[in-house]
Amino acid sequence: MLEKKEVSIPDLVDESFKRIAAVDGDVKAFITLDEENARKQAEEAQSAGKTGILSGIPIGVKDNIVTKGLRTTAASQILRNFDPIYDATVVNKLHEAGTITVGKLNMDEFAMGSSTENSSFQKTRNPWNLNHVPGGSSGGSAASVAAGEVPFSLGSDTGGSIRQPASFCGVVGMKPTYGRVSRFGLIAFASSLDQIGPITRNVEDNAHLLEAIVGIDPHDSTSANVPAEKFSANLTGDIKGLRIAVPKEYLGEGVSEEVRQSVLSALKVLEGLGATWEEVSLPHSKYGVATYYLLASSEASSNLARFDGIRYGYRAENADNLIDLYKKTRAEGFGDEVKRRIMLGTFALSSGYYDAYYKKAQQVRTLIKKDFEDVLESYDVIIGPTTPTPAFKIGEIIDDPLTMYANDILTIPVNLAGVPGISVPCGFAENGLPLGLQIIGHHFDEKTVYRVAHAYEQATDFHKQKPGL
Amino acid sequence: MQFETVIGLEVHVELKTNSKIFSSAPAHFGAEPNTNTTVIDLGYPGVLPVMNEKAVEFAMKAAMAINCEIAEESIWDRKNYFYPDNPKAYQVSQNDKPIGEHGWVEIEVNGETKRIGITRLHLEEDAGKLTHAGKHSLCDYNRQGTPLVEIVSEPDIRTPEEAYAFLEKLKAIIQYTEVSDCKMEEGSLRCDANISIRPFGQDEFGTRTELKNLNSFNFVRKGLEYEEKRQAEVVSSGGKVEQETRRFDESTGKTILMRVKEGSDDYRYFPEPDLLPVYIDEEWKERVRASIPELPDARKKRYMEELGLPAHDAKILTMSKEIADFFEATVAAGAAAKLASNWMMGEVPAYLNAEGKELAETKLTPENLAGMIKLLEEGTISSKIAKTVFKEIIENGGDAEAIVKEKGLVQISDESALLKFVNDALDANPQSIADFKEGKKKAIGFLVGQIMKASKGQANPQAINKLLAEEIQKR
Repeated sequence: MLEKKEVSIPDLVDESFKRIAAVDGDVKAFITLDEENARKQAEEAQSAGKTGILSGIPIGVKDNIVTKGLRTTAASQILRNFDPIYDATVVNKLHEAGTITVGKLNMDEFAMGSSTENSSFQKTRNPWNLNHVPGGSSGGSAASVAAGEVPFSLGSDTGGSIRQPASFCGVVGMKPTYGRVSRFGLIAFASSLDQIGPITRNVEDNAHLLEAIVGIDPHDSTSANVPAEKFSANLTGDIKGLRIAVPKEYLGEGVSEEVRQSVLSALKVLEGLGATWEEVSLPHSKYGVATYYLLASSEASSNLARFDGIRYGYRAENADNLIDLYKKTRAEGFGDEVKRRIMLGTFALSSGYYDAYYKKAQQVRTLIKKDFEDVLESYDVIIGPTTPTPAFKIGEIIDDPLTMYANDILTIPVNLAGVPGISVPCGFAENGLPLGLQIIGHHFDEKTVYRVAHAYEQATDFHKQKPGL
Repeated sequence: MQFETVIGLEVHVELKTNSKIFSSAPAHFGAEPNTNTTVIDLGYPGVLPVMNEKAVEFAMKAAMAINCEIAEESIWDRKNYFYPDNPKAYQVSQNDKPIGEHGWVEIEVNGETKRIGITRLHLEEDAGKLTHAGKHSLCDYNRQGTPLVEIVSEPDIRTPEEAYAFLEKLKAIIQYTEVSDCKMEEGSLRCDANISIRPFGQDEFGTRTELKNLNSFNFVRKGLEYEEKRQAEVVSSGGKVEQETRRFDESTGKTILMRVKEGSDDYRYFPEPDLLPVYIDEEWKERVRASIPELPDARKKRYMEELGLPAHDAKILTMSKEIADFFEATVAAGAAAKLASNWMMGEVPAYLNAEGKELAETKLTPENLAGMIKLLEEGTISSKIAKTVFKEIIENGGDAEAIVKEKGLVQISDESALLKFVNDALDANPQSIADFKEGKKKAIGFLVGQIMKASKGQANPQAINKLLAEEIQKR
């Protein structure tokens, strides 16, 4: 579809809005649509005769990525009326590439959650079964692509927020190496973990979209000065001699049998393509979830402090004084999960607790990172499941935060280590919901990750199946 | 009981970089509210800071000038607190690894020199400014993100006088490095003071109070003087000094309780994840070190040794780089050093104070000042005329010699011309002659005054004295 360009850009965009009109009432992936503007841009792009590979492709953008003049809420009441006055670096890059933003996608409030049930506006539903969650926090991004509303979307991944919903929705989601993509304009959740990444229907599209948004950004000191690469040019299907590490912790306790079997089957496919695999250990990954919730919440408690009702966003009425204004604004503006994490993070950073929590967690993070480096010294990629189970039902575990947090047990260590990870469809559970295979690579070696993902995808046909909406 | 006072100062100095420390907005004083701001300064969702290397260099320069050791690795931390002037609700600052540590500044009080330790110098971003208007408060974020260094002294200061001397010296040193204007009235230099007292001979410190709203060095001294007396009275009457923050009230000269400190504030410092550590290698350090000009103490020594100035002159002149540079240029333009020094310490500051002006706002140049001093030295003009010429050149500029010629201000030393003034004065004042002959030597002074008046100050005073003595005897 990328190369053919048999349809006109306005037709592509029209198709996207038609599909949204038909199914988004059920899926509820979008918070805001930008139809008029998108159609105008499509006409302009068509008459300008733009020929870039991404020209005219409709895209949905997660609602924590700021878009100038287009409402950006992070799915929070505190930003329900917020219209940004600047574009995120990735949005500028999308403009350059010629994609057309059709709207902003639902998510867990401030990207805190694994089911998109924490959105303060609406619950997005899994296109494969509307009673199930799409995953989160980039639930709208994954569901919109799975439902055929848009071919491309951008998500963000702090502890699994691209890969887990991609897995739940049967699409391809990449969390790039930390520093690969600029965070300027991404409403920060946990600055040392957040990365923006692409969600698409197949690996090749995904590689193209990542190519368009990578690169060092003078506005982001943590963006890395590594050369842009043509990930898409490396999709040869050839993985002969590839050395795969399979951490025993990723197929152990807590991982459902059908997930385990799907991964073992995938490994057989990869073996058939000439790869070899061995079991390894990431001994500290069991501390991943605890480490993550301390560090991410600590950073979040500081990052979200700016939402105080003074300069923008929601402001409570009838406040008696300054402190009252802060308290009312934040009490009314934030949802429960956000408050829970702000409290946890504030506590972890408090004098007298800092060493036992924040500092200790930083030390464990170093060990987790070292686990990955040690394993990757001898292997090209690490492979395991993306999630321990397929998508759960809406409402099933929303009142049980710890079970919800445990859902990210296999994705969180990747963020802590800063390495790239992708989720590609690898089968279906008995209940018909998709399963995802996670492929993790060396720092800044998205190229190999894509090559493996693509070879696997080409050898299977899971990605060709579509939900019966 | 006699108490020893222990004082430590915290000085904030704004660095005069072109742009802010983490954004591209201009960092200068006096713009319309909220015009020198970007989305970064306003703490918009999604923004990230990018470090201004110049701010780090300026901080290094200041740290080196006060003899600090420079960190090889310096780290940014977030200091978290809610206030409307703090748009992100955290200030990017430095906690564990500041740019500079373990420095010192030498002060001179009552002829004694003393070294005051510098605990640390760290770099941070300044906050915005609030204006309270009735029930409302207005936020101006122009100042938000202006680079700021905080300099913390060791508790080595023992008197308000020493605190004053420390601040003057620190200001002079920082101004010499040209990283800040150090203007207290514009807020580019601010000072908080910690003060406690203890019985002489006791090692432990007493409970300290923190003084705020000290808007001039003089107020720092006055506030500390009041506070050491107040604390001594509290202790002497059997009370206990509370750890509290007190505000200096300029109108009464007293300190007033602002808030009692219950434990220390918890700012939940943690490393700023949006910025990388600053690595300072030897080469960078040397480059910055090489850019530091001759500092006040070195210059003072040179003025004494090479120009033969008295220590007092050398100290006063070198307290401001602007004055010292002007003085040196005046000497270079041909003025005698001591005369130039006298003018730079006397008439020049007197004029500036009276007019409320800065030296740079006047028309005085080292060249026209030197020209005037030369005329004075050569006897072409009297010191009285010099004052007239000075007023002319500082207000309107121009060459002293040309002014003297044009206005006919040349000193009259010609005896025949002077003789007429002398005899006119004697003719008009027979009583003075009589007084003189009766032994009232003061009468001569009166007559000289009359002659100077009649000659419009142009008569050469020495010649007048000589002629008067001769002529009066003839009567």
